[in-house]
Amino acid sequence: MSEKEIKSLEAEFEARIARDEKIEPKDWMPEKYRQTHIRQISQHAHSEIVGMLPEGNWITRAPSLRRKVALLAKVQDEAGHGLYLYSACETLGISRDELYEQLHTGKAKYSSIFNYPTLTWADMGAIGWLVDGAAIINQVPLCNTSYGPYARAMIRVCKEESFHQRQGYEIMIKLANGTPEQKAMAQDALNRWWWPSLMMFGPTDAESVHTEQSMKWKLKRKTNDELRQQFVDQTVPQAELIGLTIPDPDLKWNAERKSYDFGEIDWNEFWQVVKGHGPCNKERMKARVGAWERGEWVRDAAIAYAEKQQRAALSS
Amino acid sequence: MKENQYKYILLVADNSLILAQRLGELCGHGPNLETDIALTNISLDLFGQVRSYYQYAAKLMGNNATEDSIAFLRKEHEYRNVLLVEQPNTDFAYTIVRQFLFDMYHLLFLQELQKSKDLTLSAIAAKSVKEVSYHRRFSSDWIKRLGDGTEESNRRVQNAVDDLWVYTDELFHQTEDDIAMVKEGIGVDVTKLKNTYYEQVKSILEEAAIAIPETAYFQKGGKHGIHTEHLGYLLNDMQFMQRTYPNMEW
Repeated sequence: MSEKEIKSLEAEFEARIARDEKIEPKDWMPEKYRQTHIRQISQHAHSEIVGMLPEGNWITRAPSLRRKVALLAKVQDEAGHGLYLYSACETLGISRDELYEQLHTGKAKYSSIFNYPTLTWADMGAIGWLVDGAAIINQVPLCNTSYGPYARAMIRVCKEESFHQRQGYEIMIKLANGTPEQKAMAQDALNRWWWPSLMMFGPTDAESVHTEQSMKWKLKRKTNDELRQQFVDQTVPQAELIGLTIPDPDLKWNAERKSYDFGEIDWNEFWQVVKGHGPCNKERMKARVGAWERGEWVRDAAIAYAEKQQRAALSS
Repeated sequence: MKENQYKYILLVADNSLILAQRLGELCGHGPNLETDIALTNISLDLFGQVRSYYQYAAKLMGNNATEDSIAFLRKEHEYRNVLLVEQPNTDFAYTIVRQFLFDMYHLLFLQELQKSKDLTLSAIAAKSVKEVSYHRRFSSDWIKRLGDGTEESNRRVQNAVDDLWVYTDELFHQTEDDIAMVKEGIGVDVTKLKNTYYEQVKSILEEAAIAIPETAYFQKGGKHGIHTEHLGYLLNDMQFMQRTYPNMEW
């Protein structure tokens, strides 16, 4: 293809996106668009399956049958999200095995929030309320993103996430209205999860390298700082309502901006965790790689059996 | 009669509780996403059944009993599950073989429990039969896949069958409560399921190229509250919150 032809395809492509048309797997797309989407969708898929681990940690210890069933179903939903997102990513011409390989070798990233430990039952509440709450704010705009398979997967993911968020907040309500010990457990979880949740929106706009291109392709509709502000404004009243205190001495209502001002995020901690040195990065990867390696003989057996069945069907 | 009936319900429901708890340990650690999701589904179905049984048992018992007090606050020797379901997730082969050996029994059992004169139990059984037919299909398909897959998978399934086979006979033992409930037309006479069970199990294992263990010695005890060493650890996790923070609501 000549350079002129490519330029004209690119112009047509950008015009389609500007008209809010969906790009589908068989449509022509610039290589950079494909690569950016593989990166973002797979990072999202990896976050779902690594995200199963911190909550999975409490399935065997959930305090009641009702809570146990809800938690199991929630973690299972995350596996389901992983499945649709890997499938959406595969439409861009990469296999699930290759994507796993990228995760296991550390080439691909996943959300840093899952590198924090879950120490008490209240963490199940805090994760649902704060982490899923932040995820929804990040993800709702993606229901209208330009790449069709991703947008459609996100519609389903967001519906389930908002259910998880309510479930998490409900755990917190129960604890906050419980015994002093339960209330302290809830406050401790909020103290530990608040700042990492704010970090989920990524670096400040000044530092974010992908924002501009992503805005153009509708992979992003608002900047990191705008989304973070939205999260703070939404969450502070929810904490007040159940009598918990946000662990930020600088937090105060700004009547002029009609928003909360909040303290400085510890960016050293952010980069430390992103670069693989958070409290649980090693454990999380060890768990994923271990499950994959322990499952190898199972996957091999399934393939060998399917081939035998196919040969038998052909020869009969 | 109520005491027998209460204990009978535990005899039935504790199997599902302990197996569901075992499967819950695996969530997030499966060999691929599809089997992870499927095993979690089975766990969820079993927990659902457990809740219906225990809610009913709590009603019979009175005394402020709840599904949670029954699930979480008994001593080890008060759990009546068979030894088979408490065996650990040694590897995927053990998980599947344990599931298969239980599902084959569970379906036969529930088909009979549907005929119970106790309308609550027969209704729970009718709902569970649909779920357990799926479990049985899932586990027997995997037995065939692994048995007739690779040399390694065949060897691993054979090991698991050899180890777990000794726990199958107990499925067909009767306790006093069984006998009393069969007499009332409420319980299932499990002794009558035994021949069909072994016929069906052997036929699938043969199809999967797995040899049937020839042992004359079996393990028993769970139905009378005498368990293997594994159960204590399982309960330790399961009861952790209720024991550490007693008398609280969650």
